[in-house]
Amino acid sequence: MKEIYLDNNATTRVDERVFEEMRPYFCELYGNPSSMHFFGGQVQKKVDEARSRVAALLGALPDEIVFTACGTESDNAAIRSALEVFPEKRHIITSRVEHPAVLTQCRNLTKRGYRVTELNVDGNGQLDLKELEAALDDDTVIVSLMYANNETGVIFPIEEAAKMVKAKGALFHTDAVQAVGKIPLNMAESAIDLLSLSGHKLHAPKGVGVLYVRRGTPFRPLLVGGHQERGRRAGTENTASIIAMGKACELAHLHMPEEAGRVREMRDRLERELTALIPNTRINGGGTNRLPNTLSIAMEFVEGEGILLLLSEKGICASSGSACTSGSLEPSHVLRAMGVPFTCAHGSIRFSLSRFTTDAEIDAVIRELPPIISRLRQMSPFGREFLNK
Amino acid sequence: MWDYTDKVKEHFLNPRNVGEITDADAVGEVGSLACGDALKLFIKLDEKKERIVDARFQTFGCGSAIASSSALTEMVKGKTLDEALQISNQEIADFLGGLPEEKMHCSVMGQEALEVAIAKYRGVEAPKHGHDHVETEGEIVCKCFGLTDIFLKKVIASNKLHTAEQVTHFTKAGGACGGCIPKIKELIAEVMGEEKKAAPERPTKLTNLKKMQLIQETLENEIRPQLWADGGDLELIDIDGANVQVAFRKACAGCASSGNTAKFVEQKLREMVSPDITVQEVQG
Repeated sequence: MKEIYLDNNATTRVDERVFEEMRPYFCELYGNPSSMHFFGGQVQKKVDEARSRVAALLGALPDEIVFTACGTESDNAAIRSALEVFPEKRHIITSRVEHPAVLTQCRNLTKRGYRVTELNVDGNGQLDLKELEAALDDDTVIVSLMYANNETGVIFPIEEAAKMVKAKGALFHTDAVQAVGKIPLNMAESAIDLLSLSGHKLHAPKGVGVLYVRRGTPFRPLLVGGHQERGRRAGTENTASIIAMGKACELAHLHMPEEAGRVREMRDRLERELTALIPNTRINGGGTNRLPNTLSIAMEFVEGEGILLLLSEKGICASSGSACTSGSLEPSHVLRAMGVPFTCAHGSIRFSLSRFTTDAEIDAVIRELPPIISRLRQMSPFGREFLNK
Repeated sequence: MWDYTDKVKEHFLNPRNVGEITDADAVGEVGSLACGDALKLFIKLDEKKERIVDARFQTFGCGSAIASSSALTEMVKGKTLDEALQISNQEIADFLGGLPEEKMHCSVMGQEALEVAIAKYRGVEAPKHGHDHVETEGEIVCKCFGLTDIFLKKVIASNKLHTAEQVTHFTKAGGACGGCIPKIKELIAEVMGEEKKAAPERPTKLTNLKKMQLIQETLENEIRPQLWADGGDLELIDIDGANVQVAFRKACAGCASSGNTAKFVEQKLREMVSPDITVQEVQG
């Protein structure tokens, strides 16, 4: 069965051009970029090129790019660095809907005497900047807010938030793992100090990430023991993946108009048709600014795991905000923070598209999902009450 | 992705007995929309009102909840009410070739719905369950899912649970905010303590069969829980007269002090079973 892959916020397919770019750096050009000889030196040149390509996508300078092993490492490094640089400050601000890479870390820090403010979101999953302003004080060391939410695609007003935070003298970090490559970013005109991204969300392989560190931002490395990345991330470079990351960023730049055009049109069509065909649905984050590729649709009286398993039978890969599909038993912390009622928080499904998504794949979902929902509602005691109304 | 058995998948994709029985003799309902799964069970009895002739269900929940409901309705058909009441959640899971531990609460829900249905039919007070989400006997331990200490202790004892994580998998308790996990650990300790007290005094003369049983019980109730506490475990391989052969598992396997652990096991078995017991560690 050929997969219909609509789970691109979880991970993406490596673009074949990216794979071709990295391929020689395993068995042939395997030199260590730190070596003095020509064999390492030629790899160093490609790593430098990759750094410039990533910088170009972000509107940043090459020396502001630090390669890491993943988005989670970048998030951890950013927050840890801030705490080391300003040991006297003990207050951190984040939001209730962050990725666990940020949220778990912040919650753990409360056990070490830090005060953590988790900003609320409204029914659309949107921030209230007044709440941020009120939370900021002289003790605030860092504010970490995600650029775009992985579950709903909701885009936070990050530039305004960053300016507000800078005016108070705190550092500003954003987890932009879901945003980079999908919407344009320009660090040259931004107040962001630190920004995380991840390779496998933009058609590079898993196991490579980037932390953007603005020039002049004080920084302490998480990993020490080597001079790599100008002392900001020790450890021999993952050369092949870094080179892949560079190519993926170059391609993302090239394909950006497609995200805002063709991908958005397919997402909008999927949303329109599913809402028309399936009664009692709501779009999570539907009333605010969202990524062009993400659709989070909540359907009442059904449970997400059943939907995913039945979709999977048809080859369709999506994900859910349901508790039963993850280790935890509470519905997604993001949907709960948004106040999505329990009646449909359990039945939320996320479709996330990419530039590889085709119209035929969208047609397949529009054809297959409505009968699955009506079947599960027939089976559900609540669904029947609702259908009998 | 969950590692569901083919039987679970098959019962999920083709569930048996979905729907209502309009003239049902008994109906049992557990769960709610809020807790993420719910089951409504309908039972029809024969003319003499003795045996179950038909059973149907409606379920809101994940794949394993639907499969467990389907299995339950198949299992109760043809049984008397008393026979049906004997069905344990473990048997529902076994019928399906096993459930992932994280999904055991689905089988618990099936067994509860059955108890509620039969109690209602008999006009006795329905047993209260965690899934009902109402204040019941005992003190609420897990506020997120409304589970009481009495309910949790029952599940801990009947399924021989020994970690808070297992209790979460079986009942959901502690699965949301996690605030009650320390209390769940206390309950586990309490249940283990009670079992200890309930353990019979060592009989003076043992038949071989009795001795083997006592060795097994001592390993289950006294020794393994202590090893679990340190992340270890053991498996009984064989009993040959007074020679007990065990293999160490998890953290105990290859542990530098497994010699001491073997001594501890031997000492405990000598104390609880018979002074001539020797323990031998084997690979297996």
